Amino acid sequence: MLTREELAEMDVELAHYEQKRGGCIEALKVLQRRRGWISDQSLAELADFLEMSVDDLDSVATFYNLIFRKPVGRHVILVCDSVSCWATGCEQILDYLAETLGITLGQTTADRRFTLLPNACLGACDHAPALMIDADLHGDLRRQKIDEILARYE
Amino acid sequence: MERPLTENIRPGQFPPGIVDYERAGGYRALRKVLADADPGGLIKTVTDSHLRGRGGAGFPTGRKWSFVPRGEQAVHPVYLIINADEMEPGTFKDRLLLEGNPHQLIEGIIIAGYAIEADTAFIFLRREYTLAEHRCARAIAEACERGYLGRDILGSGFSLDVYLHSSAGRYICGEETALLNALEGRRAIPRAKPPFPPVTGLWGKPTIVNNVETICNVPQIAEHGADRFRALSNSVDGGTKLYGVSGRVKKPGLWELPMGASIREILEEHAGGMKDGWALRAIMPGGASTEFLPADRLDVKMDFDSVEAAGSRLGTGTMIVLDDRTCPVGMILNLMRFFARESCGWCTPCREGLPWLVRTLEAIENGEGQAADMEILHRHTGLLGPGHTFCALAPGAVEPLQSGLALFEEDFLRHIRQKSCPWK
Repeated sequence: MLTREELAEMDVELAHYEQKRGGCIEALKVLQRRRGWISDQSLAELADFLEMSVDDLDSVATFYNLIFRKPVGRHVILVCDSVSCWATGCEQILDYLAETLGITLGQTTADRRFTLLPNACLGACDHAPALMIDADLHGDLRRQKIDEILARYE
Repeated sequence: MERPLTENIRPGQFPPGIVDYERAGGYRALRKVLADADPGGLIKTVTDSHLRGRGGAGFPTGRKWSFVPRGEQAVHPVYLIINADEMEPGTFKDRLLLEGNPHQLIEGIIIAGYAIEADTAFIFLRREYTLAEHRCARAIAEACERGYLGRDILGSGFSLDVYLHSSAGRYICGEETALLNALEGRRAIPRAKPPFPPVTGLWGKPTIVNNVETICNVPQIAEHGADRFRALSNSVDGGTKLYGVSGRVKKPGLWELPMGASIREILEEHAGGMKDGWALRAIMPGGASTEFLPADRLDVKMDFDSVEAAGSRLGTGTMIVLDDRTCPVGMILNLMRFFARESCGWCTPCREGLPWLVRTLEAIENGEGQAADMEILHRHTGLLGPGHTFCALAPGAVEPLQSGLALFEEDFLRHIRQKSCPWK
């Protein structure tokens, strides 16, 4: 069941839209922030609340790459793989991350600490290569910096 | 040199709060606009200023605003949407404006909203711009508290609400009709045009979608007039422009310069030229969906018409540099992988054609290419070009491919002949 806090947070967002479904992406994000990811159960609860069919809501949820329909780790790493980061070595950064964490793109570490995902241009091209962990942007990456950055996320 | 867009931005520091923004002359333009009480005149001023949309397409802003039905034809609510979904690879200019001076954007929104008689505005912000989200939300709250937003703004009778919508990913959301679907809580698939958004947009209501940089130019135009804005420029398009450079240059970054600064000035004076040991081969003038220009075209002026005359597009004005130690086939493969992944999947040529290009380019890059692959690539630049797809994503994707095939033909052929990538 959606909690009172979840409903309260969603109502603020839903009030901005002419139709209830207009706020469904915001609502998915509220749920994801509180529950980590969107399970089938969460999806069904939310669809009911938004007066949408489950399939309709799922078609939206699966369209957007930052809505997670599978469990993710405590921290999500979004590695920019667009052209400026590619030209300045994001592939080496990715290789190093994969090697250090023992996972490839799309996977989560066994201890559920990190999920590693590719991402479209992060708009940090003047500090390429760049990545985000949760809400934090990290730029001017070099292999040596990665360990120190990862250590900040428990 | 005047830098009206960025003069109050201190990178790395907190943006001006409302008190500092007002002290620097902020919200003066809004007071003037409300006192003049002439939305039609304001649209004319913006038209006369030769402000063209800074999101990449360069549509004249005043003209776009004039398409909203007025008077007896008026339909309400009218929506104003700020496209802050900056995701064009190589583009990082709106981030500076959003993080650096959010009140400038808010003031621009209120003035633009007044001109088109809007009732509600949305800032459509990409989810990854978390700092911008935080700062814009704060600026909106401050503006509400001061009576610049909400009901009966400064006693003028004009009301406007501004909401911040943080998105959930996908490049296609930057396409204005896909953005409308995203805001309606749907899959971000572009809509058929016509009807165009100024008449039938969000929930079927009149809607203007403008880029962040475009709207940030509006306060100074409203305050100082069209002539002054045009005088800032070195070209027929008005104003200054945020230009950027990324890639193997000495000082990657962003600079506000008169519209029409040359590529040479931006690249050599401001970005410091190429890093030692790296030579320039080509540039993409304004993001991943603009044609490559060769290194001997540095004297091209970076305005809409000049770059187009040179065979490319100004796009977002943030250029990407290709150096001599980077494989052009690999770079184009990276671009096509991006576009293939970001295709919304709605129309067949884009959904199927882009992955085919990726596989063909992968084969060439991996030394498994054949001579006939060149013909396949060439043919696709036409098949995925304008008129064959539902929106501009695939035509944009083949712009760098088409220009790259011409410019780097010998590099492609070397891959095929020697059955490996010469850069590996």
